[in-house]
Amino acid sequence: MGTRATHIGLRVATVIVIAFLWIPLLIIMLYAFNSSSIQSWPISSFTAHWFRDAWHDPDVRSALWLSLRVGLIATATAIVLGSAAAFAIHRFRFFGRETISFLLLLPIALPGIITGMALNSFYVFAGLPFSIWTIVIGHATFCVVVVYNNVLARLRRTSPSLLEASMDLGADGWQTFRFVVWPVLSTALVAGGLLAFALSFDEVIVTTFTAGSQATLPIFILDKIQRGQQLPIVNAVVFAVILLTLIPVIISQRLTQDTGLLRRR
Amino acid sequence: MAGPSLRRARLRLSAALWRRPWLKAVALLSLPLLVFVVVYVGALVALFVSAFWEVNAFTARIEHVWTLSNFSTLVHDSVYRRIAVRTIALATAVTLTDAVIAFPLAFFMARVAHARTRALLFVLVLMPLWSSYLVRIYAWRTILAHDGALNWSLNKVGLPNVGLLYTNWAMWIVFSYVWLPFMILPVYAALERIPESYLEASQDLGGRGWRTLRSVILPLALPGLVAGSIFTFSLTLGDFITPLLVGGSSSSFIGNVVEEQIGQPNVPFAAAFATVPVVVMAVYLSIARRLGAFEAL
Amino acid sequence: MTRHHRRVLGWSACTLLVGALAITAAGCGSSKSSSDKTSSTGGSNLPTAIGKGEGKLNLIEWPGYALATWRKPFETQTGCKVHLKDAGSSNQMVALMRTGGGGGGGQYDMVSASGDATLRLIFGGDVQPVNVNLIPGWKDFIPQLKSPAHNTVKGVHYGVSLQWGPNTLLYNTQKATPAPTSWSTLYSPANKGKITVPNNPIQIADAALYLSKTKPSLGITDPYELTQSQLDATIKLLKQQKSLVKTYWGYASDEITAFKNGDVTMGAAWPYQTLTLQSDKVPVREIIPKEGATGWADTWMLAKKAKHPNCAYMWMKWVSTPKVQAQQALGFGETPANTKACLFMNKIQAGSCAQYHANAPDAYFKSIKFWKTPVADCGNGKKDCVDYSKWQTAWTQITG
Repeated sequence: MGTRATHIGLRVATVIVIAFLWIPLLIIMLYAFNSSSIQSWPISSFTAHWFRDAWHDPDVRSALWLSLRVGLIATATAIVLGSAAAFAIHRFRFFGRETISFLLLLPIALPGIITGMALNSFYVFAGLPFSIWTIVIGHATFCVVVVYNNVLARLRRTSPSLLEASMDLGADGWQTFRFVVWPVLSTALVAGGLLAFALSFDEVIVTTFTAGSQATLPIFILDKIQRGQQLPIVNAVVFAVILLTLIPVIISQRLTQDTGLLRRR
Repeated sequence: MAGPSLRRARLRLSAALWRRPWLKAVALLSLPLLVFVVVYVGALVALFVSAFWEVNAFTARIEHVWTLSNFSTLVHDSVYRRIAVRTIALATAVTLTDAVIAFPLAFFMARVAHARTRALLFVLVLMPLWSSYLVRIYAWRTILAHDGALNWSLNKVGLPNVGLLYTNWAMWIVFSYVWLPFMILPVYAALERIPESYLEASQDLGGRGWRTLRSVILPLALPGLVAGSIFTFSLTLGDFITPLLVGGSSSSFIGNVVEEQIGQPNVPFAAAFATVPVVVMAVYLSIARRLGAFEAL
Repeated sequence: MTRHHRRVLGWSACTLLVGALAITAAGCGSSKSSSDKTSSTGGSNLPTAIGKGEGKLNLIEWPGYALATWRKPFETQTGCKVHLKDAGSSNQMVALMRTGGGGGGGQYDMVSASGDATLRLIFGGDVQPVNVNLIPGWKDFIPQLKSPAHNTVKGVHYGVSLQWGPNTLLYNTQKATPAPTSWSTLYSPANKGKITVPNNPIQIADAALYLSKTKPSLGITDPYELTQSQLDATIKLLKQQKSLVKTYWGYASDEITAFKNGDVTMGAAWPYQTLTLQSDKVPVREIIPKEGATGWADTWMLAKKAKHPNCAYMWMKWVSTPKVQAQQALGFGETPANTKACLFMNKIQAGSCAQYHANAPDAYFKSIKFWKTPVADCGNGKKDCVDYSKWQTAWTQITG
C-alpha cells in the first residue's frame, strides 16, 4: 500500500471525512451568536449575549458539573468492569461465556427508554432514592460494553505467548501487567474509556428515568430545546464544551504515546 | 525487608492464578456479573415478563394473566413488520456507510500520518462526540432545511434545491454522522496494531496494493470493524429521537412505537416490541461469530 | 464435555436464572397491584385546610409552565422549593407519572396534564381527588372549566384547570394563497409536501371534527366519541393525508423551525407557535377554520403518591390567582381559566384580554371541542365507542 496514488487518495478521503464531521460543529458554533432563537440560514444578526446568559445561568453550571462527575464515575466503573469481563472472556472457556457477551451488549441494543423504565422500577422497588449514583448505574450499564468490546478486540489481536514469555522470565502478575499488558492495551482502554465517557456525557433517554429531578447537561439541553425560546444558549454551552473537550483528548493523547513495546515506530 | 517477601507473595499468587484459571475467571467475573445480573438483567426481566401480560383497556392497569396476544398483534399486524424492517434496514445502511467512511480515515491515521498529524486527527474525530447529540441533530436540520445551508450553497453554484429534510435520507445522513466516531476509533485501534512486517511480507510475496488490502489488512481490521458496527448498528436500532426530529411522514422506528406505547401507557406491548431489537442483536452477533469476526485472530 | 454440551449448559443456566428472576418479578408485580385497588374512590377524606408546607415540590410540567416569573415569588412566599421535570408530550407525562409503580412513584407531586392525558391518569389511579374549596381562584373560573369532564369524574375533582386554547390552522401568508378558510386545506392534494400536523393520536379528533361537518352521513356528533365505523372513516382520511404531510411535528419548536425554514407552509398549530413566529418576523397567520376547532385545556393534577401535598395545594392556589394566570396566558398565547385575569392581561399588554378571548362569550368556548381521553362509554348509555388504546394503535397504523 505504499504507492503515491493511494496516499493521495487517502489524504483526500481523510479531508472529506473530517469536513463531514466538522461542518455541523462549525454551524453550532456559528449559531451560538445568532440573535434570533430560531435556527435558520443564513444568520441575519449576530450577538454575543447568549454567552453572558449561559455564564450567569446557574443551571448551566450545575448541569455541566453533574454530567462531568457522572461521566467520570461511569467511565471508571466501565473500565474496571469492562476490562475484567474482557480478560475473563478472552482467557477462559466456561459455560455461559457466550451469553455473557450478549448480556453485556443488551444495554446499547435496547431502546434506551426500555433500560430507563426497567431501572426506574428497580430503584423504586429497591427503595433507592434518586441521586448521582442512580444516574451512574444507568450509564455504567451501557458504558461497560464499550470498554469490553475495545479491550476484547485488542486481546484477540495479542499473542498469549507474550504473557507466557513474561511469566517464564519471572515477572509477577503486576509486572506482566505493567510492562506487557498495559502497553498492548493502553490505546484500547483509552479509546474505550473516551467512547464510554462520550456516551455517558451525551445520554438523555435513560437519564430521564434515572435522574429524578436533577438535570444533567443533555437533559438541560433537551429542556431548552423543548422550550424553544433560548436555543442559542444551548449552542453557546456546546461551544464551550467543545473547547473544554480539548483537555481530556490531549491528556489521553499523551497517555497513549510512546507506550513502547510493539509500537510501530 | 518487606520488598522481597511481598514480591514472593505476589509471585506465588500469580503462579496460583496461572495454574488454576478457574480461580482467576471467577475473581475477574464475579464483580461485573453481580452488578449486571442484579441491577440490569433483573430489572429488564421484570419488564420483559410483562410482555406476556395485557393492559386493561379501561383502567390502563396491567392484568397479570399470561397471554401471547401482544406477540400475535406484532406478527399479524403489517404495520409493526413495516416499522421493524425499516428500522433494521436503516441500521444496516448506516453501519455499512460508517464502515466505508471510517476505513480510509482510520487507515490514514493509523498507517500513513505522522505522529503529529495523527494526534491532530485523533482530536478532530473525538471532539464531535462531546458536543451534544441533540444539538448536532439540530445543526443538521439547519443544513438540510428547505431554506438551509445546503440549498443555499447549491443555489450559489447554480444547482437546484434538494428537499432532504424530513425524509429517510435525512435520517440516514444524520445517523451515519452521529455514530461515525464510534466506528472510526475501533477500526483505528485495530489497524494501528498491524505489525509493519505483515505488510512488508505481503509486498515481498508480490501482493499488490489491492491484494494486500484484501488478504492482509481487511482480515486484521475485521475485529475493529465488527466492534464498531456493533455500536453503529445497535445505537441506530434503539434510537427514537432522530426519527422525531428529521424524519418525514413515514419514518417511525421501533423506538418510537415503544415510546408511544409506554406513554399510553401499555408497557406490556412496549416490552413485546422491544424484544425485536434484542432478537435482532442476538442474530447479528451470531452471524458475526459465524463469519469468524471474533475469532479472526 | 464437548463444546456443544458446554454451550447447552450455559444457555440452560442462564435460562434458569432469568426464569427465577421472572418469577420474583411477577410476584412483586401482583402484590403491588392488589394493594392499589382502592384507587379512584376518594372524596371522603379530602383535606379541609392546607397544612404547613413541606419545603419542596416536584412538578412534571409542560416546558415553561412554571417560569421563574411566578415560580420564584411562590418559593419565597411559601418556602416550597420547586423542582421541575419537563415533559415534551402527553405520552411522556403519563410515562413519568407511571414510573415507580404509578401515582408519580413518590418522585412527583403534580403534573400539568392536558385533556388527552387526564382521564388516563384518573382511571389509572395515578392522581388523587382535590378539594377545590381550598383554591380561592377556582370560584372565579369560567363555569365550563370548574368541573369539566376531562378532570372531574362523578363530581370528584382531580385537579384544577389552568389554561385553555384552540388548535388553530397556521399558514404562511406569502406562500399559502389563497388564504385558507377551511381544514380542507390540510387534506387537499394540491398542498402535498407543504403540510405539518402534530404527531399525537389525539389528532384523530381533528379529522373526525372535519368529517362531522363535511360528511354528516357518518353521524359524528363528538369527535372524541367515535364508533368503530366512524373511526375507520377517519383513519381512511388520515391515511390519505399522510401522503401529503411533510413531517409530523413533536415539539412546538419543531413546527416553528419547519415554518421558519420554509419546509412547510401550513399546518395544525397552537397559538404559541404563531406568536413566536410572528415575533421573529415570519409572515404567518392563524385562523379557526369554519368547521370549528379542537382545543386543549390543561389541569394541574395531584399525584396519588405525592409527598408534598401541602406545597401542592399552595401551588394550585398560587397559579389560580388572576395575576399568575395572566402572566402565563401571555407567555404562551393561552386563555386563562380565571376570568379575573383579564384586568392583569390588559395591564401587561393592552387589548390582550379580548385577543385571547379571556372575556370569552359562551359561544366561543362552545365552538371548541376540548381534548378528552376517548373512552368506550359514549356517555349516552351506549358502550360501543372506541377507547384511547385503539386510537393509539390507529395512529401507529397511520404514521408507521
